[in-house]
Amino acid sequence: MKEISVRAGGQAGDGIASVGDTIAKSFSRMGLHVFGLNSYQSVIRGGHVWFQARAGAERFYSQGDGCDVLYALDLQTAEVHLPTLRDGGVVIYDPEKFQIDPSKIPVGVSALEVPTLALARKHTPQSILQNAAGVGACAYLAGIPLPLLHEAISDSFGKKKGEVVDWNLACAADGYAHAQSKRPPHPHAVALAGPPKMLMTGNQAIALGAAAAGLKFLAQYPMTPASTIMHWLAAHSMETGVVVKQAEDELAAIHMAIGASYGGVRAMTATSGGGFSLMVEALGMAGMCEIPLVVVESQRSGPSTGLPTKTEQGDLALMLGAGQGEFPRAILAPSSPAEAYRAAVQAFALAENWQTPVLLASDLYLSESSATVELAEIDFKVPIPSLRLEPGNGNGHSGEYLRYRYTESGVSPRSLPGQRGLQWTAASDEHDEKGHLISDVKSGIPHWVAERKRMMDKRMHKLEGLAREAEPPVQEGPAQADLTIVTWGSTIGPVRDAMKILAAKGRKVNLVHFPTVYPVHHERTMALLGAARRTLLIEANFSGQFGRLLRTETGLHLTDRLLKYDGEPFYPMEIVGRALELLDGR
Amino acid sequence: MADSTLAAIAPTVTPLKMVVGKSDTKPTWCPGCGDYGVIASLEMALKKLQLPPEQVVIVSGIGCSSNLPQFLNAYGFHGIHGRSLPVAEGIRWANHDLHVVVTGGDGDGFGIGAGHFVHAMRRNVKLTYIVMDNQIYGLTTGQASPTSMMGHKTKSTPEGVIENPIDPIALALAAGATYVARGFSGDVKHMAELVANGLQHRGFAFIDALSPCVTYNKLNTFDWFRQRIYKLESAGHDPKDIGQAYARSLEWGEKIPIGLFYRAERPTYEELEEVLAAGPLAHQSTGLLGKERLLEEFR
Repeated sequence: MKEISVRAGGQAGDGIASVGDTIAKSFSRMGLHVFGLNSYQSVIRGGHVWFQARAGAERFYSQGDGCDVLYALDLQTAEVHLPTLRDGGVVIYDPEKFQIDPSKIPVGVSALEVPTLALARKHTPQSILQNAAGVGACAYLAGIPLPLLHEAISDSFGKKKGEVVDWNLACAADGYAHAQSKRPPHPHAVALAGPPKMLMTGNQAIALGAAAAGLKFLAQYPMTPASTIMHWLAAHSMETGVVVKQAEDELAAIHMAIGASYGGVRAMTATSGGGFSLMVEALGMAGMCEIPLVVVESQRSGPSTGLPTKTEQGDLALMLGAGQGEFPRAILAPSSPAEAYRAAVQAFALAENWQTPVLLASDLYLSESSATVELAEIDFKVPIPSLRLEPGNGNGHSGEYLRYRYTESGVSPRSLPGQRGLQWTAASDEHDEKGHLISDVKSGIPHWVAERKRMMDKRMHKLEGLAREAEPPVQEGPAQADLTIVTWGSTIGPVRDAMKILAAKGRKVNLVHFPTVYPVHHERTMALLGAARRTLLIEANFSGQFGRLLRTETGLHLTDRLLKYDGEPFYPMEIVGRALELLDGR
Repeated sequence: MADSTLAAIAPTVTPLKMVVGKSDTKPTWCPGCGDYGVIASLEMALKKLQLPPEQVVIVSGIGCSSNLPQFLNAYGFHGIHGRSLPVAEGIRWANHDLHVVVTGGDGDGFGIGAGHFVHAMRRNVKLTYIVMDNQIYGLTTGQASPTSMMGHKTKSTPEGVIENPIDPIALALAAGATYVARGFSGDVKHMAELVANGLQHRGFAFIDALSPCVTYNKLNTFDWFRQRIYKLESAGHDPKDIGQAYARSLEWGEKIPIGLFYRAERPTYEELEEVLAAGPLAHQSTGLLGKERLLEEFR
């Protein structure tokens, strides 16, 4: 398979993100599949950050293992990443900035010295321009045609014109020519593969999906890795018609969203585990008052502040248990930008159809990594769920409207402020069909004791509908396998790549994936996993939270596990290694 | 696609004009509670403005006073403790045709919800916020509140409160509120006027409603207030002068001013939010069909 991975690293503030964006975008415009991984730290200047763009004509699903071209802006990058260069790999650096000890360069890897600073000085003393020369050299080695690179650079400046743009173009061409004068491209250099593809992050896909599904109001408080949902929607507020409110805290954010939903618009909030912890009480209120709500929980390494810029799937137990008492909820866990778009659309449908909170469980790895998507995967023609309203009767009397009327599905038609004669009071206290409290002077009285139970039953009954309507688990790979890997959310990416490697080795491995984490689809789960010969649970957390859920819900016990909680994403070869251990009985 | 939420539900017949009044649920407050005076003044103000019940939403948190929404026949939202303001803001932004009134107590608004209070005021969201301030926690049976006075002996402070009370009026002025008033539930007509003016104010109207708890606050009683209160409008106070307003806000003790402390003209948040210029959000179209150019940046 012809594919190449280009990695660039340096300090925060060195402009690594824009180096990465330019290269990734050039690849996607060549019609290649791309996966962009952004690795950074909780610091604005200094430290060590890196970006990798993997590109190839054949489909893949993760950052893969190792890289082929490494552009080191500092010595630390060279030292950290040289061992990840594969056979035939090239490290690009400027000897004016630092020297690399030749003994540190792995066998099969070569160095390409590019005078990036000198090339930049031809135009300006500002050292940031050196990156353009480095990018030029990377592009040459990776097989990106110069005109295409030039286009990507121009576009990265938007509508800006002038000497800075020209310097960047010239410097990139110089870097490109310099590399060309020194050596042939990398043997894995890629070629044009078709019409341009789109490249987007998981968070951008969530924002798009939400807006396509009818989102009109987003309230959010900044928190990595959820912030870029707010950034994208705020930047496109007028075009999308979505009001974006940066709230004073996450408590306010979720309550504003709930208020807006009650007021008649589809509303969402987004956060990470810390902010979600603050939202917990309100989540229960949305469940109790039966107000549709979508909450994005983009997980990062916990506990507490944890590793703010590193990934994890450690909040599943929190999402499952968030809120006192019991109320129906669904938890969707998309696995790629394309899936995230679809899941956001689905989240709004479920929230509206079942009048209850729906959680969209992302994580830093999905939210902030970029991947190519096909145009057909981001189709704006999606069903916008109706608000399930009681028709206005216009008689001016509110006496007969039962907001919480008992129904078979558990869902009662709602009314919105402005609808005449259908006034009701949403109450976080337990209430009767009219919405009248039974918490104060009625609780404990036999008739109302029975009413309370009925109202709980009504609400909880929605779980059956949610389980029916949400996406059931899916199987990939051969129907009969010696090993079945079980995943949820973003970890499926590296697992799919690992399965390809295992298949090439002649191993019979398949995969059961859960796009809906809760409610668990019992029947399908048993059908897919009940007879599995051997299972391997893969999760990015310490205790195997999803495995625990599966055991509680189905009695299935997945004994073999690969759990990762160091903050880094799974790499395909880690999974291959563990799978082979199990298959070979080691 | 042009899924306008409310357009399709206009009434088919034109009934007699209904205005906000009592609901079929009777208040459950203790006999003699100050909150009866507050709800009476709110009802009077809503009636004075002839507001139809479906155009009014009353939002509250938790506490004795937060039970208020269910006692009137408007739309209501009786949420959780301390969070009434962000819910109300969300409702306003979803549909700024609505009159949104927020009611609650001093614990709800100045204790657990103090952060939201400050931010709602600096935003100048058009809300009418009435805090039934009884300087005690009633529903939890008598603990100190953020406005309990120094030395006040309560269940949680048997030796007396040892922290300074919040001054809601000064806090509102400092946070940039554009309508700051104080009423007394022993003078329903006076408070009704403050509320009615607040409902018509362009932006955030804050009314600190002195509303004695007859069961758990034996210090700040109706009589205690009657001996101290005076009306700002009879004392030559100029509500346009923020300096004077600050000075009056500090009066608490022998003399306690009620009435309008301060009023200013400033655009509301809703006026400044560009997306809302096209009309209430709930009436706007939804979805992205026809907006495919949004995808260009990803290519």
